[in-house]
Amino acid sequence: MFDLLGITPQALYSQLLIGLINGSFYAVLSLGLAVIFGLLNIINFSHGAQYMMGAFIAWLGLTQFGNWIGSPGMQINYWLALLLAPLLVGALGVVIERTMLARLYKLDHLYGLLLTFGIALIIEGLFRYAYGVSGQQYEIPEVFQGAIDLGFMYLPKYRAWVIVASLTVCLGTWFVIERTKLGSYLRAGTENPRLVQAFGVNVPLMITLTYGFGVGLAAFAGVLAAPIFTVSPLMGADLIIVVFAVVVIGGMGSILGSIVTGLGLGLIEGLTKVFYSEASAVVIFVIMVIVLLLRPAGLFGRER
Amino acid sequence: MTDASAPAELLRVANLHAFYGESHILHGIDFVVNRGEVVTLLGRNGAGRTTTLRAILGLTGTREGSILINGRETIGMATHAIAHLGVGYCPEERGIFASLSAEENLLLPPAVASGGMSVDEIYAMFPNLYERRASPGMRLSGGEQQMLAIARILRTGAKLLLLDEISEGLAPVIVQTLSRVIRTLKERGYTIVIVEQNFRFVAPLADRHYVVEHGRIVEAVTMAELDEKMHKLHVLLGI
Repeated sequence: MFDLLGITPQALYSQLLIGLINGSFYAVLSLGLAVIFGLLNIINFSHGAQYMMGAFIAWLGLTQFGNWIGSPGMQINYWLALLLAPLLVGALGVVIERTMLARLYKLDHLYGLLLTFGIALIIEGLFRYAYGVSGQQYEIPEVFQGAIDLGFMYLPKYRAWVIVASLTVCLGTWFVIERTKLGSYLRAGTENPRLVQAFGVNVPLMITLTYGFGVGLAAFAGVLAAPIFTVSPLMGADLIIVVFAVVVIGGMGSILGSIVTGLGLGLIEGLTKVFYSEASAVVIFVIMVIVLLLRPAGLFGRER
Repeated sequence: MTDASAPAELLRVANLHAFYGESHILHGIDFVVNRGEVVTLLGRNGAGRTTTLRAILGLTGTREGSILINGRETIGMATHAIAHLGVGYCPEERGIFASLSAEENLLLPPAVASGGMSVDEIYAMFPNLYERRASPGMRLSGGEQQMLAIARILRTGAKLLLLDEISEGLAPVIVQTLSRVIRTLKERGYTIVIVEQNFRFVAPLADRHYVVEHGRIVEAVTMAELDEKMHKLHVLLGI
């Protein structure tokens, strides 16, 4: 069969794996966007910059932190970064929400988009000024060096970990939102925040924490990405356009939709690379156009 | 349930003004609700009755004046903090959440005081809701949605219930059920403020009626005065 199609099985499997990896990042990032859009009605254009900050925090922690505190041997290792980066970026998100976004909720979506786009440009500009555009390497943590022999292909351990970690985070988030009391506040708050507040739930606080959580997810993805992609100020800007296409295809605000669409589109992109690599950069946008024409609310979205 | 040592007055609204953006809707509302009373706000559409309920919870734009709940000034408080003084709200549009099941809707509002009804008691009071508990909120009939909207604030321990147009658009048999529910709640010591269009539904239930016109209270009628002031009420309400 592989001979007929003119491809090798190795090429197919490795592209599918790359597709699955990219899909994992699309899923985590679009999930964060979906959670934020659902409750805040804000299209968070600074998501890519927050993802980039996550990767940078990991890199700075590993290579620069020791010099800053005057003992070069000290490092913030990968595991600590995986915890610390989402917390720091989430805390910065809380500040952004309280001081800026909170003033925009009564206005059109467009204002939130413009504000977060501006924030993204500022953050990316600052990092570019400090660290240049050439990009930094982040070493794969020792436990994940090497590969597992699956018989039909070699699976690099770190890539397997990225897929497992992303899926765990996605499913965990889905479970909290769809199956817990806290999640029922979030779902109800998405429909009618004023009434949920009239029942005695502190909705403004819930909105602030949701934004913090959403951008924390972006930073988590950034740390996961650091050992795979080059850590550069523009890494988020490149990715975020594709992620927005994923969100549009899945449907704005749909939790499960963003996870399934993210993974699915990563795989489709990988397959396109095998069969017609010239189209791989545009295939997601072609799908987006088709979906928008046939189902404007997205595959999993509801008209609102 | 009524505490003998507590003051009689549970809600005192004085010189309440409320605005939606630039429009000035309430122009100095004054009324009092005592513990355990059922009080109605009557009036024509657009008179400001729904806005009065919403203003008590801080759901309007700017509001000025004074709203004492249990002797506490709430005019500067956030909506969720007011709810925790023991206020339950049933909005005119019922506010059933479409993405939640009937039971999730019922369990959604957090407890705001002790002594709320248990889920079993609520299902005993509204047997239909028990049968429909797994259905999505949007699949319930209008009557079921209305019962759910009332039932879910009984669970929270709220003792002051603000009910907006609960009989609107419902079949007579369901309105009778709601009438029985209000009577039971009154017997249990709940304090209830009802905004209502259907005067015949609330006339036998209420201790006092306030008539709202152009954002002011223009008439107060106690149950004892009902017969002598009936003519005046008919003129005011256009019924």
